[in-house]
Amino acid sequence: MADQFPEFDVLIAGGGNAALCAALNAADSGCSVIVVESAPEWCRGGNSRHTRNLRHMSAAYPEDEFFADLHRVTGGRTHEHLARMTIRASANCLPWMLSHGVRFQKSLAGTLHLDRTNAFFLGGGKALMNSYYQAAARRKIRVLYDAEVVDLEIETGRFRSARVRMDGRDLEIRAKALVAAAGGFESNLEWLEEIWGPPARNFLIRGTPYNKGRVLKLLLERGAVPEGDPAQCHAVAIDARAPKFDGGIVSRLDSVPLGIVVNRHGERFYDEGEDLWPKRYAIWGRLLAEQPEQIGFSIIDSKALGCFMPSVFPAVRGDSIGELAAKLELPVDAVCSTVDRFNAAVAPGEFNHGVLDGCRTHGLPPEKTHWARRIDQPPFLGYPLRPGITFTYLGVKTGPGAAVAMQGGDVPSNIFAAGEIMAGNILGKGYLAGFGMTIGTVFGRIAGREAARAARQ
Amino acid sequence: MPPDNKGLFVEGDRLMTICNACRYCEGYCAVFPAMERRTAFEPADLRYLANLCHNCAECYYACQYAPPHEFAINVPRNLAEIRVESYAHYAWPRAFGAAYRANGMLIFVLLTSAIAAALIGGMQIAPPARAADFYGIIPHEKMVGLFGAIAAFVAIALAIGVRRFWRESSGGPVGLAMLRSAAGDVLKLRYLGSGGAGCTYPDEHHSLARRRFHHLTFYGFALCFASTSVAAVYHSIFGWHAPYGYFSLPVVLGAAGGIGLLAGPAGLFWLKVRHDPRTGDPRQKGLDYAFISILFVTSLTGLLLLILRGSEWMPALLSVHLAAVAVMFLTLPYGKFVHGIYRSAALLRDAAERMQYKTN
Ligand SMILES: Cc1cc2nc3c(=O)[nH]c(=O)nc-3n(C[C@H](O)[C@H](O)[C@H](O)COP(=O)(O)OP(=O)(O)OC[C@H]3O[C@@H](n4cnc5c(N)ncnc54)[C@H](O)[C@@H]3O)c2cc1C
Ligand code: SF4
Ligand code: SF4
Repeated sequence: MADQFPEFDVLIAGGGNAALCAALNAADSGCSVIVVESAPEWCRGGNSRHTRNLRHMSAAYPEDEFFADLHRVTGGRTHEHLARMTIRASANCLPWMLSHGVRFQKSLAGTLHLDRTNAFFLGGGKALMNSYYQAAARRKIRVLYDAEVVDLEIETGRFRSARVRMDGRDLEIRAKALVAAAGGFESNLEWLEEIWGPPARNFLIRGTPYNKGRVLKLLLERGAVPEGDPAQCHAVAIDARAPKFDGGIVSRLDSVPLGIVVNRHGERFYDEGEDLWPKRYAIWGRLLAEQPEQIGFSIIDSKALGCFMPSVFPAVRGDSIGELAAKLELPVDAVCSTVDRFNAAVAPGEFNHGVLDGCRTHGLPPEKTHWARRIDQPPFLGYPLRPGITFTYLGVKTGPGAAVAMQGGDVPSNIFAAGEIMAGNILGKGYLAGFGMTIGTVFGRIAGREAARAARQ
Repeated sequence: MPPDNKGLFVEGDRLMTICNACRYCEGYCAVFPAMERRTAFEPADLRYLANLCHNCAECYYACQYAPPHEFAINVPRNLAEIRVESYAHYAWPRAFGAAYRANGMLIFVLLTSAIAAALIGGMQIAPPARAADFYGIIPHEKMVGLFGAIAAFVAIALAIGVRRFWRESSGGPVGLAMLRSAAGDVLKLRYLGSGGAGCTYPDEHHSLARRRFHHLTFYGFALCFASTSVAAVYHSIFGWHAPYGYFSLPVVLGAAGGIGLLAGPAGLFWLKVRHDPRTGDPRQKGLDYAFISILFVTSLTGLLLLILRGSEWMPALLSVHLAAVAVMFLTLPYGKFVHGIYRSAALLRDAAERMQYKTN
């Protein structure tokens, strides 16, 4: 295939938040930039398209508190130097974003707990990505859609060109520097199954179908140093009726702490009221993944209605627990006896779903330690739940300048990485709401700037 | 409800249920906060939400679930369709709601036949003895009688429509604070500003063009109306008779309004032609073009009349202008004009809900 393109200064693999931040910053430093996005135009923007906010340091949310939060969720699996650098850099993300067309809104209804720490994008992540793509067009950045990076030519640690598959044909695109911002491998079903075995087939993918980890794999094969746990992913409990891919935010279900969750056998398996839901919803993905057929059922009664965000899929309803169990295709007797035992164990208390209240069970394995109320007021409602994968942790190792560390690499590199593909350097475990976009924005900008510098040398 | 309209409400309910679980568009307009105050979406709720929507299309371009995503979320189109359904639904007399079905054609036929008749009739009339003496052509009492009757009918039809809307959306009594809040929203076209950046109209780029042309149209219309009212006061209270001098209040107001009412509709027409077909209801183009055209023709004939009022063309021009004005007024309750009425009523309802919500 003949070379259709001139050599660019910077080639960006990916088309999400990190990719566009890098592209804009490289273009702002005077470089010619090409963005290669594997999704078609309507679906551009990767998982960033599904986001709603970004966490940022401010007078109201100082560095040490931010870092303490990060340290807590990662259980210390973070590089403090990189993490603190990211946190400090997050303080000036907002002005930069505003100057590139992004607009913000008040924190969304039902998210007051994030008001102090997170900035919400007006219209959500797709609107943010639209702003960036429009800013890119104004800067004459070339954007290829439906264009997948399928190979990277890397010689002695230096990037030369990328092979891009478009319309069934392969193009060779040369550039002086590469920014890899192509996300994780969460939508690569084969890869997921390699790690988690057959249960992975029952996982739902919350975001884009295009994050197949191809660029990540290519980099690792070409000698990039891996970073982040290859066997971990962030997964939450979502409605089992959500589409296999791309169901996004609306498939989440917040009813878990207000009732009980049973598995296929009609048995409870974990404390539904362990902590406030925003702090706990991320462990439920893994919990469900460990259950038979990777499915669970949240059961509440009519008292719980109105206490959680409305769900997209209607609840399955029954006038008795037995009827509900039958409709959910669960063993009726088992569910009834689980609910009976639960109801019998509920101790009296003052219910308040906004705080850690004192409502708990006594003598029930496993206990429910907060928000335990008898499930006794029909109609009874049930929602099927499955693990929904948000992102994977495996990435490439980078330093503070976003350069990708190569095995035994003493060659000054022209390969940079930003976003989820390197988030494991900072977020080795767990998750902090809004931090994915922080990492992408901070490292995207750094990678763009450094790639521009490398291209000029 | 005709069966094809049922589908609109089923779809509206589906959309609002998904949006209510997402809420990303909360900051764009009044529709989303109003949606969040509800858990069920009956036709009455959807009609109210539809009239709160000004079709800025922000929530279409921002939606991660817009087609071809399998959720196929397209709020602006569905609400546009429901909006027209609601105009017909609230119309008085009910049978006249049918006017919304082929509105463009209806108004086109009415307007052209009225103008043709007026032209033919007007050309028979000799110029009056006194130059620019309109009442030499049509006596003042006749003009007032004719337009007074039309105005009374229009006012009644619109009032009944609004009352139906208000009852259906279970509105309570109207308070002063509510009125003030809604009036501010209406007069400033607050939502068409979208926080300073303007609408994503006619395409995905933000632009204030629509708001500006709408302002020209709205205030042009208001100035023309003011001009006529001032003239009526001059005539009946002070006994000052037309024609008024070029620098008199009625003429200055009328001329300024007329120019606004030419530039505004022309701009809106130009935007409409370029409007992204995905974010509107393609079947409503006739409705929109008809109203834009009728305003334009009324204003154009009015301005021509002003310029040529001393010439031999005056009788014909006057007849044509009055015919256009008559058709415009008569069709006000059965054309695009009502969007302003129901939208204002919806904003009032919104103000009421917000206040109620706060105190609860
Ligand atoms: C439902 C949901 C909600 C979320 N909400 C938030 C939130 O509110 N706040 C937050 O901070 N984080 C949130 N996250 C996490 C967040 O989405 C990620 O952390 C962030 O989007 C990562 O940005 P990125 O640019 O690295 O990757 P992405 O935005 O996923 O972009 C990766 C891009 O690479 C492209 N690509 C992949 N492979 C190739 C290839 N071979 N060739 C070319 N292009 C390729 C993809 O098409 C895509 O455009 C959410 C995630 C999900 C799923
Ligand atoms: S239009 Fe789309 S993005 Fe906006 S609230 Fe509805 S579902 Fe969410
Ligand atoms: S089109 Fe504009 S006004 Fe209508 S619902 Fe969407 S954002 Fe609101």
